[in-house]
Amino acid sequence: MDLLNALVALSNFVVIPGLAYGSQLALGALGVTLIYGILRFSNFAHGDTMAFGAMVTILFTWLFQSMGISFGVLPTALLALPFGIGGTILLALLTDRTVYRFYREQKAKPVIFVMVSLGVMFMMNGLVRFIIGPGDQRFADGERFIIKARTFKQMTGLNEGLAIKTTQGITVITAIIVVAVLFWFLNKTRTGKSMRAYSDNEDLALLSGINPERVVMYTWMIVAALATIAGVLYGLDKSFKPFTYFQLLLPIFASAIVGGLGNPLGAIAGGFIIAFSEVTITYAWKKVLNYSLPDSLAPDGLVQLLSTDYKFAVSFAILIVVLLFKPTGLFKGKAV
Amino acid sequence: MTETMKHTLLFAVVGVLILAEGATDFLFFSGSWNSALVILNMGLISAIMAIGVNIQWGFAGLFNVGIMGFTALGGLAVVLTSTPVIPEAWSSGGVSIVMALAMGALTVVSGVMITKFMAPGKARMLVLAAVMIVGFFVYRAIFDPAVGSVEAINPALQGNIGGLGLPVLLAWPAGGLLAAGAAWLIGKTALGLRSDYLAIATLGIAEIILAVLKNEDWLSRGVKNVVGLPRPMEYEVNLQADPAFLERAAFFGLDGIEASTLYVKIIYALLFTAVLLAFLWMAQMALKSPWGRMMRAIRDNETAAEAMGKDVTRRHLQIFVLGSAICGIAGAMMTTLDSQLTPGTYNPLRFTFLIWVMVIVGGSGNNFGAVLGGMLIWFFWIKVEPMGILLMELVTAGMADGSDLKAHLLASASHMRLFTMGLILLLVLRFSPRGLIPEK
Repeated sequence: MDLLNALVALSNFVVIPGLAYGSQLALGALGVTLIYGILRFSNFAHGDTMAFGAMVTILFTWLFQSMGISFGVLPTALLALPFGIGGTILLALLTDRTVYRFYREQKAKPVIFVMVSLGVMFMMNGLVRFIIGPGDQRFADGERFIIKARTFKQMTGLNEGLAIKTTQGITVITAIIVVAVLFWFLNKTRTGKSMRAYSDNEDLALLSGINPERVVMYTWMIVAALATIAGVLYGLDKSFKPFTYFQLLLPIFASAIVGGLGNPLGAIAGGFIIAFSEVTITYAWKKVLNYSLPDSLAPDGLVQLLSTDYKFAVSFAILIVVLLFKPTGLFKGKAV
Repeated sequence: MTETMKHTLLFAVVGVLILAEGATDFLFFSGSWNSALVILNMGLISAIMAIGVNIQWGFAGLFNVGIMGFTALGGLAVVLTSTPVIPEAWSSGGVSIVMALAMGALTVVSGVMITKFMAPGKARMLVLAAVMIVGFFVYRAIFDPAVGSVEAINPALQGNIGGLGLPVLLAWPAGGLLAAGAAWLIGKTALGLRSDYLAIATLGIAEIILAVLKNEDWLSRGVKNVVGLPRPMEYEVNLQADPAFLERAAFFGLDGIEASTLYVKIIYALLFTAVLLAFLWMAQMALKSPWGRMMRAIRDNETAAEAMGKDVTRRHLQIFVLGSAICGIAGAMMTTLDSQLTPGTYNPLRFTFLIWVMVIVGGSGNNFGAVLGGMLIWFFWIKVEPMGILLMELVTAGMADGSDLKAHLLASASHMRLFTMGLILLLVLRFSPRGLIPEK
């Protein structure tokens, strides 16, 4: 019984939040890794692209709410999501057309692209703050829980409750669908194959008649969609604040690099590795250990390895270890 | 027009902008000499930071986006050097904290030794893991109670380990040393990586340094801030009570309050200018020296430089430490100017990426460019807000009063800052990629 309680506590505080956060990071890291694979630079504006996508979705959510449209038990934001994606795709294509294309034609060095992406980051960040303000926005509605802690306790008679938020469920399910569609697209469709070919060997792809501008265009569209979905899921699960999205950049980059930059499968694995490390290292294990250990061994303290404020340190430490021992990432990424 | 004339003119423009800020309240200028001096002082500090970044990026091509971390460490140095000694803190837990930190360092060092001297394989992994885990728990066992007792001392005002009670000017070199030490550690681990990875690594380090400052209350009082740091000069209230000072103020036709605030700011400006000129001179000398030529050779072609027998990694480490130290000194100067350390206000957009905008707009690789960029961009960073409000008033002039859009536009005008900085950066990168004062 105690072991069951320990297991429930573990799922409630570690496994489920970790899964949700991991899915959000994985979606974000997929965007970073695709840009790196096709356009060959680390996009520092990705966090702010996510913020922009989430913002457009929030604006449409508010519009729908004011019109009385709702999605039943699910959050209205899911209905607004396609509009958010559309808006972000427009912005991404516009940025590519006005900013990045010039440097592509110049064949600029990757570090110049990174600088340029810093400029884009500033502008997007400013744009989001200008339109929606720098404050916190909550836009989740509909049913809040799939299972409430109290209902779970009554159902099972255990001491520990298990709560699954609707947003956590939606996050994981959406992530699975998105990843499945993305891999189907990359592996089965003509465009997807040409994207992979372009990423593997640019010259060879050009020789075989692949239009690079088309590949780049599709990449931006996919990346914008991924960023919006990741941003909206994160915002639903926690809350929307432009600065938090900027800070997500670090764990997202860590995920992409740990998995192997340029490798989509690696980005997903990396997302979950980073998320679970963050959650397990900053979680206070006292409860779980109290249940699972005999009384004589029960710990006095919280058994929290690091305070939650050091979650950046966790993603960073993993990043450094991977870079030092396996510079191409766990799954073979591109090492330029 | 010769190059020199053009560059002098650019500096003159910055001078005129700052003078206009003090002299007239036309358009976005405020007409307050105090405000002009505030901009000048932070502009000087920004220029020093820009020199630090320019040494790393312009000389050696190192992409460091962890400037905020080094700046914050400089700020910490002010607290650790210049605040009064708190004997109770040392007697209750300070010594144990130092011991715990030494223990932690020992663990890391032995970890590094193990990786270096044991043959790769399972045995190494096991020993390494064992040392790390045991070291961590021993560290926490000494550290946690000590921190508790230090933080319990007079928590409303102190609750931290205090400083050494030294003159605050000594905190500036101390800030440089602290930042240099951190940079050495970071460089040792991350400099072998390629540029993008180094960028992400430094970004992470800066966040971690900030997390430490925000959470380790025993060190920096965390988000409770350390206020009332000592100053290198007289306080305004004392000046206002000094008859001799008042007499001199009256001679210039100023009242005591304004004269004292201006006096303090001018002294700061002179101090900062002296430091800036010293660094500018050193950076120029370094750039012209054989060492500077070697650095640029490494930047332009690492492989060729390596083939010539240059130790690229060592040189990179050297310049990374030097540049970061300069940022640390600038950070200490800034905290002295504010006379408070507020870890909650450090933001990478303002303390890292804005400095990058300064370096690139000014002209990467050129020290004068970095100084110009620092002063100019800082002026705009402050003044974009009133400019934005002015612009929005112009745009919304035709709209009906009380409309939601008008209210929103006027209220959001202050967020134009980041947008404008991004726009300036993109425009410079596109149309003048070598900056206002290009590298020779």
